Amino acid sequence: MGVSGVPRHWRSLRERYRLLGTYCENCKTSFFPPRKICPKCRRKGRTREVEFSGRGRVFSYTVIHVGSKTFEEYAPYVIGLIELEEGPRVLSQIVDCKPEEVRIGMMVEACFRKLFEQEDGGIISYGFKFRPVDDSWAEYYSRLLSEKKARPAQA
Amino acid sequence: MRVGIVGYGVYVPRLRIRVEEIARVWGHDANSYREGLGIMEKSVPSLDEDTATIAVEAARNAMRRAWEVKPSEVGALFVGSESHPYAVKPTAATVAEALGLTPSLTAADTEFACKAATTAIQACLGMVKAGYIRYGVSIGADTAQGAPRDALEYTAAAGGAAYVIGAGEGVVAEVEATYSYTQDVPDFWRRDGASYPRHAGRFTGEPAYFEHVINCTRGLLEKTGATPRDYDYVVFHQPNSKFPLKAARELGFEERKLHPGLLVNRLGNTYSGSSLIGLAAVLDVASPGERILLTSYGSGAGSDSFSIRVTEAIDSKRELAPPVVYYLDKREYIDYSTYARYRRLFKER
Amino acid sequence: MKREVAIVAVGATRFGEHWSKGLKDLAWEAGVQAVEEAGISGRDIQYIVFGNMSGGMFEGQEHVGALVAEFLGLNPVPATRVEAACASGGVAFFQGYLAVASGMYDLVAVGGVEKMTDVEPGQATEILSAAMNYEWEAYFGATFPGVYALMATRYMHEYGLKPETLAEVAVKNHYHGSMNPLAHFRNRITVEDVLSSPVVAYPLRRNDCCPVSDGAACVLLAPLEEARKYTDTPIIVKAVSQASDTLSLLERRDICTLDATVNAAEKAFAMAKLTRSDIDLVEVHDCFTIAEILALEDLGFCAKGEAFKLYEEGETYVGGRLPVNTDGGLKAGGHAVGATGVKQIVEIVKQLRGEAEGGRQVGGAEVGLAHNVGGSGATAVVTILSRR
Repeated sequence: MGVSGVPRHWRSLRERYRLLGTYCENCKTSFFPPRKICPKCRRKGRTREVEFSGRGRVFSYTVIHVGSKTFEEYAPYVIGLIELEEGPRVLSQIVDCKPEEVRIGMMVEACFRKLFEQEDGGIISYGFKFRPVDDSWAEYYSRLLSEKKARPAQA
Repeated sequence: MRVGIVGYGVYVPRLRIRVEEIARVWGHDANSYREGLGIMEKSVPSLDEDTATIAVEAARNAMRRAWEVKPSEVGALFVGSESHPYAVKPTAATVAEALGLTPSLTAADTEFACKAATTAIQACLGMVKAGYIRYGVSIGADTAQGAPRDALEYTAAAGGAAYVIGAGEGVVAEVEATYSYTQDVPDFWRRDGASYPRHAGRFTGEPAYFEHVINCTRGLLEKTGATPRDYDYVVFHQPNSKFPLKAARELGFEERKLHPGLLVNRLGNTYSGSSLIGLAAVLDVASPGERILLTSYGSGAGSDSFSIRVTEAIDSKRELAPPVVYYLDKREYIDYSTYARYRRLFKER
Repeated sequence: MKREVAIVAVGATRFGEHWSKGLKDLAWEAGVQAVEEAGISGRDIQYIVFGNMSGGMFEGQEHVGALVAEFLGLNPVPATRVEAACASGGVAFFQGYLAVASGMYDLVAVGGVEKMTDVEPGQATEILSAAMNYEWEAYFGATFPGVYALMATRYMHEYGLKPETLAEVAVKNHYHGSMNPLAHFRNRITVEDVLSSPVVAYPLRRNDCCPVSDGAACVLLAPLEEARKYTDTPIIVKAVSQASDTLSLLERRDICTLDATVNAAEKAFAMAKLTRSDIDLVEVHDCFTIAEILALEDLGFCAKGEAFKLYEEGETYVGGRLPVNTDGGLKAGGHAVGATGVKQIVEIVKQLRGEAEGGRQVGGAEVGLAHNVGGSGATAVVTILSRR
């Protein structure tokens, strides 16, 4: 974006790619964005890195029609506050559906997408976005199996 | 010790554009393209998708199937493509980071037109067999560009497939043998800095695609002492529907063995993903003991052939990630103006 | 040792597009008005503190305190620029108050200035995004209207607020603005105008959003015991209170409540020893129509979810039970980010002196409250002023 340099993009790259946060063993709470100390337990906390499952629900959303300069070409796009199943909330774009289809409470899952490209041949930034959960793929396998059985046998 | 595919996964973007829509814009006869190429529609990446994002999604699906593989056990990762997001900066590093495999692994991007990823599979097989790595990952992904109004615009599509290569009990499809056939043949190329590739018209057929696919397959059959009758499935690189059908006929493979892995009709040519997505579609339905022959093709030119035998392990792993047909069915049609916007055909600045 | 503080003079430019005036020119204009009103020389000022969100990003000029002191010919007076995004002005006022209340200084100039129209709208949007969490919100595509729109969507979901009610907020503010010669927009609008304006970030439309404005405002503070040296109508600062909340919306306890506002308001009313019913008018931070709704609830004037009732009954108009934003607020009055917090105080002072022009004077106004917010609620400043 705008003025920022490469090191800043790189510093939170791992967390952006894999949706990493912090988990405190002491109070058993997950936090996002990552923290150096547990905000609840402070020095009594025992924190470690945690990779979230990526599943969550839409807590709120909006459709951005007037984007900032960096995101102009993507407008209109949807951003939402996603409540991850582990507890913390994340602000991210919601993709792979029409804006009218987004609902508060909708189940979504994280996916890996391009966030933006810097102007003038700068770097490409990637990170997480969320798409509606569709577990219907699991139902395909029984159909594929029966279709195969129905085909003529091998020569 | 059996060496081969421990996990596989694909990803295809959900947007599609129909042959009719492209033909409408250029005043072409849609029928001749549809019949001539054997294609109905092709996949289009969203504005926020590229080869790296497609590769990550495919690889995540492959890792879901290769559930027993710990990230630290992956020793190599390759991304084969002809549309890497950067001219210089490895897609493989981004993908490895997104999969949590860093830092102890080797990684590189490979290029050989549409066979970039099958060559990388051969590299992984070698490293696993030699004991240098425990598991290796090869991903073939592309967001292919066809020049406006050119015949390739009808087929240049987007998609990717990932393969986790390893040895032992977790192998779902053993690679029994591999054979390659390479020559310098200028059938299709893109100069550095050029926006779109160029091709030599009908020359891309007999002296290019068929010369390599047929001779490479014959070479593999000779090496293994097998015949087409010994295989239950055959998968070829599919730039259109006609070429693989003709190759199969010439080699003596029954057409019905080609169909489960022939997807270009609904998908378009996903270039480095093409033959590997076809293989995944076969693995989605193949039974333990069945054999698959895969021959890829990369312009410039060369082919890699593989003799593959499915194992019992496939039954417990297959259903851990979506099948290819799920991605083919999950689609939304766009018109040419939206396609032009997403493919950045307009010079906005 | 703490002494009572009074506002002894005010000054403000019109808020709007000032092509021929740069940042220092705007600061000069507002400052000179205040100095002349107090009948002093600029050299009598002992300390300058003012709000400015981003001279740096809008025009490559940081160290704005030094720029203003130089241009106003006031060196070597200490000049401090304070930044808390859109609460910069309110926070500057708090700092100025502390400087006088502590006994350190006897005449302090508190100002606010912002020059926003030299950049393209897309760039302005991006610069304003710096008021939220850059790394985890702006970086992912959130814009300032987008963040408030997230609050609006959730609020509508939880409390059933109608878009028409939001529109009423903008209609009222334009009505008041039409009577204020310093307002950015002087036109009256209808609910239909709001609901048919283009969507900026659903459900917020263009007429739900305040504009980008150039402008400056200034007030002079002195100890109450010396106020008569400068004015016959000193306005007493009964309370100033500042509070903080999370920068990111995603870390907020409840995205429909600005805890910083609640906290600052509680402290302010306690400090002033007053209750909500003592307040005759309020200036709230309506950067977006939804913000005004939330403000009235978070300041404690009505229960959460019930601010709409005040609009249904027209109570927030001049002449109503609780006039809100009699100068047009941010929506019609304009929002020169660093200056807004001070502009709000200027309006309260005018109203308490009985000097509001154009028909927007609140009859018998004795006590007023100003509410200034930074970002999506990370900083809030609540000020209570009284004639006595």
